[in-house]
Amino acid sequence: MPKLTLEDLKKKREEARSKLYLRDGEFRGKVIVHMGTCGIAAGAREIVEQFLEEVEKNNARDIQITTSGCAGLCSKEPMATVEIKGAAPVKYITLSRDKVKKIFKEHILEGKIVAEYALGVGSEKGG
Amino acid sequence: MATRRIELMLCTGTGCVAGGAFRIKDALEKEIKKHNLQNEVSVVITGCNGFCGQGPIMVVKPDDIFYGFLNEQEIGYLVEEHLLKGRPVKKFMFTPPEKKEPIKLLSEIPFFQKQMLIVLRNKGIIDPENIEEYIARDGYAALEKVLTSMKPEEVIEEIKKSGLRGRGGAGFPTGQKWEVCFKQKVKPKYLICNCDEGDPGAYMDRSVFETDPHSVIEGMIIASYACDIDQAFIYIRTEYPLAVQRAAKAIQQAKEYGLLGKNILGTNFSLDIEIREGSGAFVCGETTSLQHSIEGKNPEPRQRPPRTSEKGLWDQPTVVNNVETLANVPVIILRGGDWYASIGTEKSKGTKIFSLVGKVNNTGLVEVPMGITLREMIYDIGGGIPKGKKFKAVQTGGPSGGCIPEKYLDTPVDFETLTSLGSMMGSGGMIVMDEDTCMVDVAKYFIQFTNDESCGKCTICREGSGALLEVLTRITEGKGKERDIEYLEELCAAIIDGSLCGLGNSLPYPVLTTLKYFKEEYEAHIKEKACPARSCKSLIKYWIDPDRCVGCLLCMKNCPTNAISGKTKFIHTINYELCTKCGNCFDVCPEKVGAVKKLTGTEPEKVVYLKEPVAVGDWKKQKQEEGKND
Repeated sequence: MPKLTLEDLKKKREEARSKLYLRDGEFRGKVIVHMGTCGIAAGAREIVEQFLEEVEKNNARDIQITTSGCAGLCSKEPMATVEIKGAAPVKYITLSRDKVKKIFKEHILEGKIVAEYALGVGSEKGG
Repeated sequence: MATRRIELMLCTGTGCVAGGAFRIKDALEKEIKKHNLQNEVSVVITGCNGFCGQGPIMVVKPDDIFYGFLNEQEIGYLVEEHLLKGRPVKKFMFTPPEKKEPIKLLSEIPFFQKQMLIVLRNKGIIDPENIEEYIARDGYAALEKVLTSMKPEEVIEEIKKSGLRGRGGAGFPTGQKWEVCFKQKVKPKYLICNCDEGDPGAYMDRSVFETDPHSVIEGMIIASYACDIDQAFIYIRTEYPLAVQRAAKAIQQAKEYGLLGKNILGTNFSLDIEIREGSGAFVCGETTSLQHSIEGKNPEPRQRPPRTSEKGLWDQPTVVNNVETLANVPVIILRGGDWYASIGTEKSKGTKIFSLVGKVNNTGLVEVPMGITLREMIYDIGGGIPKGKKFKAVQTGGPSGGCIPEKYLDTPVDFETLTSLGSMMGSGGMIVMDEDTCMVDVAKYFIQFTNDESCGKCTICREGSGALLEVLTRITEGKGKERDIEYLEELCAAIIDGSLCGLGNSLPYPVLTTLKYFKEEYEAHIKEKACPARSCKSLIKYWIDPDRCVGCLLCMKNCPTNAISGKTKFIHTINYELCTKCGNCFDVCPEKVGAVKKLTGTEPEKVVYLKEPVAVGDWKKQKQEEGKND
């Protein structure tokens, strides 16, 4: 490790900061991949992987990728819900790696819902 | 590093490590691998989370879910449920004693809500052993600012403006201390970071080093720049192995990065920091004793003046600052003295870390703004007194602090108010006591400690503390005499007057404050041979109430000396020749039965003792007949 100069320290800080985004970062949106036994069996793990790859590739550190239990529509797995702040959540069904790429680009980055893969807009309410 | 979706912030402060944090880390990594999650989830070690009573602790980021009381055996379940299937596990979440539903998020737990983090700004967010994570959170940015745009005088001015006062106990204004040293034209000059933390139950300084060692080191570099110093020392107790290890690692990393050593960040300023481990003598926390210890001499204090900022280590000008004081410095430089001075009370600025321990539901380390009330500390952050017991007193400031009673609970905490109540800020110990605590016994406990730790140089401190201990012991044994209270008061005044250093000057305060606020307890011990808290062994007697005993055998089975006789559904009796007053019977007797009682004073003379076990039914009949006859 060569000794830092004042300039190097600034650069180092920027670099280091981008690695801590999970700890104090604010997220613009969230992708929830449903990971019940049905989801995992249908390939939900790959879907998570693909979303993470997209975050990395697009340097979209403001999107949180997370998992949750079964969404109740086991025949339509793998499924994911995309929640962008200030907009209604959208559920996508029977996902594949290619579909994830398209959803990430069009919905998450460009703000256009990919209607052909969507189950519907909104999450069901209890009661 | 590829993008991950979860980081597990695992507390590895000393408390959690003792609870098995590193074994939990291994278990987590194994289970993560088992589920092939290693590319999505990582484990990060952090310093002390602060909520030590809940350890071992882990916080799941980015959701901020708080888990406590973790154990290796259930890590497999936790990983599968939460990390794989996305279902947070309620079992490990925090549930307040009076509630049923657990609290999911750290930010919603009352223990954390009234805290304000300046010194512990990186707590639970960075790996203390990774300098880059410190740098990411504005680490060494204050140093950068100082070296590029501030003269030493300007740094001192900013610190003066902030109102920062020494966090080691005395509360001397830090800027003023630096200024005196800066004006000394003799070289070399030294800086010492005082991490000789010896108060029982207090661990603020240890925690700062374990959580964020670079914040102290950055503070030290800035202090050295401001005072024109090129050699600094960290004086730290050898009983703090983890803190020593993290401090050493941080120094080494800072050197590799060119943040310490010759020509820091390519400028003309150079500084070296060395660690000196102390062997744990309490008196070494005192500035002059500490310096003698570094010099290799006996750790005894000396007369002041000359002040250490004029003649300190090896008779050279020396600044001694506490760990917490130094960790405040980078933030003050970055955010400005005015900002810092806007927090706290008129004369006590900023925040203070306290270790909140004793009879309080939530124990741990808390950083709060100065001026918070004792009630907020104990009831809002601390969650009140366990088992619905009554609050009695809070002892602040370490072994030589005073005990503050309930009527002052709304006092705002700062240097002046605590002193005016006969106690002190000290380094930030806060021990809560409930109705079962005997105040004479508490005073005795602390005098025992200071008597052990007196270095012996001043006769009045050495012998006087011994004499205090003797009288207090006598009182708790029921052998107190009429004039003991006056004698204690005189002795305390003499010790304060006749001692050279802070140890002797303050050791009488636990006695003085308990005498002031709880005199009736002393009088009860002396005159009535009674301990109102039912705590002093010599003054209590265990008794089984025949009207309540149901003959369940619990106390009998738990008596280590077989002093209890009885059989099923027979009222049990105690053989006082065998009873050692261990209290097991009292502890195991079910609350709703409440047959075992502690008696004190004249109470033992007023109750009925059965010669041998009597059937519960027979006793009831006998009582009924007696009732009819009356």
